[in-house]
Amino acid sequence: MCPGPRQAMSEQKQMAGEDNIAYTLGPMQAGPICCDPQPLIQVEDLSLHYGAKAALDRVTLDIHRGCITALIGPSGCGKTSFLLSINRLTDLIPGCRITGRIRIDGRDIHDPLCDVQTLRRRIGMVFQKPIPFPLSIHRNIELPLHEHGITRRADTGPIIEQVLQDVGLWNEVHDRLHSPALRLSGGQQQRLCIARALALNPHILLMDEPCSALDPLASGIVEDLISRLSGRYTIVIVTHNLAQAGRIANYAAFFWTKGQAGQLVEFGRCRQIFESPSHELTAAYVNGVRG
Amino acid sequence: MATLKSIHACRDRFAQFAIYTAAFMVCAAFVWILSDLVLGGAAHLSWDFLVDSPRDAGRAGGIGPILVSTGLVLMVALMAALPLGWTTAVLLAEYISADSSFGYAVRYSLHVLACVPSIVFGLFGNAFFSIYLDMGFSILSGGLTLACMLLPILISTADAGLRAVPDTYRLSAAALGMSRTTTLFRLLLPAASPSLAAGLLLGTGRAVAETAALLFTSGYVDRMPGSLLDSGRTLSIHIFDLSMNIPGGDARAHASALVLITALLLLNVAAMRLAAGWQRRRITE
Repeated sequence: MCPGPRQAMSEQKQMAGEDNIAYTLGPMQAGPICCDPQPLIQVEDLSLHYGAKAALDRVTLDIHRGCITALIGPSGCGKTSFLLSINRLTDLIPGCRITGRIRIDGRDIHDPLCDVQTLRRRIGMVFQKPIPFPLSIHRNIELPLHEHGITRRADTGPIIEQVLQDVGLWNEVHDRLHSPALRLSGGQQQRLCIARALALNPHILLMDEPCSALDPLASGIVEDLISRLSGRYTIVIVTHNLAQAGRIANYAAFFWTKGQAGQLVEFGRCRQIFESPSHELTAAYVNGVRG
Repeated sequence: MATLKSIHACRDRFAQFAIYTAAFMVCAAFVWILSDLVLGGAAHLSWDFLVDSPRDAGRAGGIGPILVSTGLVLMVALMAALPLGWTTAVLLAEYISADSSFGYAVRYSLHVLACVPSIVFGLFGNAFFSIYLDMGFSILSGGLTLACMLLPILISTADAGLRAVPDTYRLSAAALGMSRTTTLFRLLLPAASPSLAAGLLLGTGRAVAETAALLFTSGYVDRMPGSLLDSGRTLSIHIFDLSMNIPGGDARAHASALVLITALLLLNVAAMRLAAGWQRRRITE
């Protein structure tokens, strides 16, 4: 549905002439524009407190179906908190309190009738550090499938192969699926975590700086993977790497700490945020003057 | 410059010497005990010694019934303490926040319980299990008294083991829509299994070696026990009795102590192997 961000990627590769370097050192460009925006995640007046401390202050934002939305801004401005509130992982944090409304596909996720486990199945999440479970590669993906009622080997086998293919890991691990996942390299572990999330067939992927703990080469592979996933999934990605946001995202949301709490300063198409920001803070941040 | 260098070298050598000496002394103490036991007891060790009944108040014969009583007391203690202890540990580590007042109260009482001398547990067991619950001097009341002693060890090791499992596993499992129970049984407990095994080992070691708590509860009848309600003499009480009350019982006491130490060593190795194997299986299955 969107013009593939892959095109932009390959252009950059040609420009830089060197595959590995292009990902992290390439010139900052606005990502491709996503056509026909339809809101999938609607956030209204979201405020979030940890105990007495406010972390987010009245954030209102629509995230569009099938697009990649990058959340940018300095550390501590509430980007991760925002991400965690979308799949209600904030429920697990003691003392965390949320006001406001988040609707996904028009349904309020804080509705008492909303089943959290089903919600989290539909929303995959990838964390900053790869977190493979201390199990085998195969079991890492099989365990969540079992949990959601997909238990027959005839069903799980093809799914596991498919998602490993999707993240480009199949060729690397197909002959050692039963060896420990912790023996994989950092980049492979992160791709396994993405595969594990994809296995549950989610609609939305939340990514919290998925490349920041990886070396440039692995980071490039994961970034390439993320841009290939756009269109099929709605992706919300937190990143401190502005060049990366510019390369892969369709939309960008700029957060900034005002007073004590994080606020949304500007939201718009990625190109507009990077090339003609309407707020002076955004301009200062994307040009590297502040933040 | 040269003097500074030599001072540093001197200090380094002294520190090295002190560290090696300390380690050597620790090993020497163990070797001394073990060699004393081997020298005094090895001559009496035989298959007959392990299976025969004691004769002449233990001066002759073997320790068959005593081994059986020890095993039974241990079994009762573990069967009572393990489910209670590990469930409490799961509650403390997974269901209560670390700084809640209830969790604090439970942990504090466990610390106090761990410091209570075993003779006090013995008196408590005698008053509660033997007299109040009318179990008399029996393997059952001895085992249950031991269970009370083991709870603090089992709970604190399992609690610490579960807490040491990174929170990211819990968060990541929750993000995959996994329930708390699945997370607990499939991820957290297997990851904490070395700690559980360590606690089990410490507890078993303590139970096998316990004397004072059993004097007043399981008693020291050295017959083969017919049921859990019979009195039974455990190995450590046998050693105590032979060396303190029976003139001429020293050699058999040495042999019994050698059996006890060997059993503890074997237990140690087995538990470590078990924990390592369990974790490997979980990782590779």
